[in-house]
Amino acid sequence: MRPLALSRFSLVTSLGVGGEATLRALRQARSGLAPNTFAPAPLATYVGAVTDADEHPLVGEEAGFDCRNNRVAAIALEANGFGDAVAAARERYGADRIGVFVGTSTAGILQTESAYRYRDGDTGALPASFDYARTHNIYSLADFVRTRLRLAGPAHAVSSACATTAKVFANAARMIAAGVCDAAIVGGADTLCGTTLYGFHSLEVMSEEPCRPFDAERRGISIGEGAGFALLERPSLHADEDRVLLLGIGESSDAYHMSSPHPDGVGARLAMERALAGAGFAPKEIDYINLHGTATLVGDAAEDRAVAELFGAVTPCSSTKGYTGHTLGASGIIEALFSALSILNGVVYGSVHTRHVDPQFRSRYLLESASARVDRVISNSFGFGGANCSLLLGRAA
Amino acid sequence: MRVFVEGVAVRAPGLGGWPESRAVLAGIEAYRAAPAELPASPLPPAERRRTAPTVKLALALGIEAFAAAERDPAETASVFASSGGDGETIHQILVALASDERHLSPTRFHNSVHNAPAGYWSIATRSHAPSTSIGCHDATFAAGLLEAAVQALVEDRAVALVAYDAGYPEPLHSVRPIDALFGTALVLVPSMSPRSFAQLEIELRPQGSDFSTMAEPALESFRVGSPAGRSLPLLATLARDAADTVMLEYIPGLMLAVSVEPVSSAPARMPRRQDAAAGV
Repeated sequence: MRPLALSRFSLVTSLGVGGEATLRALRQARSGLAPNTFAPAPLATYVGAVTDADEHPLVGEEAGFDCRNNRVAAIALEANGFGDAVAAARERYGADRIGVFVGTSTAGILQTESAYRYRDGDTGALPASFDYARTHNIYSLADFVRTRLRLAGPAHAVSSACATTAKVFANAARMIAAGVCDAAIVGGADTLCGTTLYGFHSLEVMSEEPCRPFDAERRGISIGEGAGFALLERPSLHADEDRVLLLGIGESSDAYHMSSPHPDGVGARLAMERALAGAGFAPKEIDYINLHGTATLVGDAAEDRAVAELFGAVTPCSSTKGYTGHTLGASGIIEALFSALSILNGVVYGSVHTRHVDPQFRSRYLLESASARVDRVISNSFGFGGANCSLLLGRAA
Repeated sequence: MRVFVEGVAVRAPGLGGWPESRAVLAGIEAYRAAPAELPASPLPPAERRRTAPTVKLALALGIEAFAAAERDPAETASVFASSGGDGETIHQILVALASDERHLSPTRFHNSVHNAPAGYWSIATRSHAPSTSIGCHDATFAAGLLEAAVQALVEDRAVALVAYDAGYPEPLHSVRPIDALFGTALVLVPSMSPRSFAQLEIELRPQGSDFSTMAEPALESFRVGSPAGRSLPLLATLARDAADTVMLEYIPGLMLAVSVEPVSSAPARMPRRQDAAAGV
């Protein structure tokens, strides 16, 4: 594929708002996970909640979009000068030439959960104030981003479970390659709700302690929330501004099981191989792998196998889920941006909460953060339905 | 941008497959109401028991379109487009979460994800090919068609579009009035192949003239009552084997103009389609 530049990006997780706060926490091995106090789902677990996620309601013309998911998205859109960069792009290309391809797994379903608790006693009707299209429907997020950033190009929402916001890069890259738009907003948001907390609880894959990716005694996932966005466009002649490039994307399907990955890591390996092939790089040219690594028994083992088969015990890799928890549909963009920060700042991340790496694992798993020259990173995202996506990001030459 | 259609499928109440529905869609025969029928699922029995209506619908559509295209689904990328997942499954989860117990069924939870049909499709067809699951509220069909056409051209490969929605139960139906089950599938290729029978010239335009509609009231009710049903003007044009331009609803400010032109590189193709249309 022709490389595309992430010419501006922004994010929010339980680690904080924006790139600097995120990098500080990653460097200091400070986890955002804390005992769960999310009132709609009082389960004994740890979550990575966004501070003050509920404190900034959307008002005025955006009031119809008001829900936790769009509020968290708004926090990311307002940080890191993202809005200004998009405004400049709007001047360069025209509002109708910038697409919006963002994703979420549950959008604002928390709003519908609340509406169901307030159903009319006689008719069963939902409260009149409930706005389905602008909160619950998965397109609500794309609609909100398009409205907030005053864009008029093509748009749709992607929802492929936990691979969602890695896959949005593929949707956007294709649209730009086809000339449907000149630039695109990619990314997305997923936020705490009863559906996912009780859902993962029912699958018995949620840990009661902070998640410990790749640990011999890992006991399942911690759920987190967050949002991230990037402005994706063709690299300009001013290479200084285009410091991180999207070089390759690999998508694959497991063809195995709805909620459990292929134990041999078949789909995971295919995704990484396709990303490498699309970018034209060999495994040895990759400096760091940000793993999916959710800390489930089966998932981590399958990913270790796929990584070890392709990269041996050479390439440093780690999961950052111990910092943020599993941000589900948002994990693709958040970890792609962690990877961008790795390239820009010369750091590879350790794995907070992981104590002893599973002795059966063969990949080169990092426990401590370290300084290193990082030119190219692979970021893995794997989801329900066997949806896999690997992104290959690199430094502009 | 220009792509070619190799296979097409349709399922809705009274529309049981493309060959059976062509004359109705073309306006030659009258529409007769009948319950939507879905063929047996190709999934293993253990998986089949656990699937939701949208999964059964999407699988039936994919199988029909791939059979018509005579193409191997295991080797073909796919785009699954739906307004918002399985309404009945989501309703059951919301009811459970509003109860004191708040206990969810793990199967129901994994069926609630938007890409459940794509996941089951990959299992049923043993496909490791890339797949994307998208949604765009009422603009979902046009968004799916745009995504599939772009993918066929940029990646230079066949792409299947499967667009589907099942009816929403109350109280969700009041806020998201999707009525009947409706679905369609198209297998698109970037260049003319022996099996392609129509050319689509797809263009994004500023929203201007009105969207294409259906003359037959029952079909028009499917068009407005289901985001996947927004495909009907395109299906009707394909069914007529006619050259025509349809205007499809897309997101506010934009619409999708699709110019259809029959192509006949496949001399063996027409007789078989007529046989099928006659129910032979």
